Amino acid sequence: MANPMKIRATAKEGVTEVRILMQHEMETGRRKDDAGNLVPAWYITGVTVRHKDRVVLEGQFGTAVSKNPYLVFRFKGGIPGEKVSVKWADNKGDSRLDEAEIVQ
Amino acid sequence: MIDLERRKALKTGGSLGLLGIFATAGLVHSGIAWAERKASAFEAKSLGEALDALGVVIPENSVSILLTAPEIAENGAFVPITVTSNLSHTEQISILVEKNPNTLAANFVLPEGTEGFITTRIKMGQTDTVIALVKADGKFYRASREVRVTIGGCG
Repeated sequence: MANPMKIRATAKEGVTEVRILMQHEMETGRRKDDAGNLVPAWYITGVTVRHKDRVVLEGQFGTAVSKNPYLVFRFKGGIPGEKVSVKWADNKGDSRLDEAEIVQ
Repeated sequence: MIDLERRKALKTGGSLGLLGIFATAGLVHSGIAWAERKASAFEAKSLGEALDALGVVIPENSVSILLTAPEIAENGAFVPITVTSNLSHTEQISILVEKNPNTLAANFVLPEGTEGFITTRIKMGQTDTVIALVKADGKFYRASREVRVTIGGCG
């Protein structure tokens, strides 16, 4: 099971800013390990962020997104106490869903 | 074959020439709308291939797109990128790195109500041009910036 994300959603003047730090190796498939063998590609392919039930961001990643992907974006609306959920899925079929309460 | 002509132009254009074509053409063409991740776009090995896979012909250079990236990135494994689009109805932001093994790094679909703004961190193999591709009101626009990379991060 993948490690949890860190999510911070802050509401200010009618706009919610969401900061997400995912924990993932994001292997490109080009790196060699100490024995000289290629490490297979292993990376997050998609991220979906929802505010309550509404999708507010759909991210699609290639291997060039850095290890432990970091995202910041903003959407209109959002009241402290409401939930923002983030779900990612990787190319090996693993996924992770975390949520955070919007704060002021 | 329009497509082949364009590829030829891209191939012979080289890096600077390509930007020249972008700058002068001012031609905008919107492709198929897509919310699903397009694997072919992420497998593209050149800017031309990536644009083809994204359904873009030649995006117009726009001063309404602000691409923030470091001038010099000491570590190519973590290059912070921020794209701010002041174009109305910004519905998609893509980040491309021209000489990376796969040109398209990330693509973001922004539903109505989500601002034209994204910050993330990407890997860059070498000193290269980063391109922000923005789809607004069905049309594609771009902004680009060169980032000097001290240690590549695509290992």
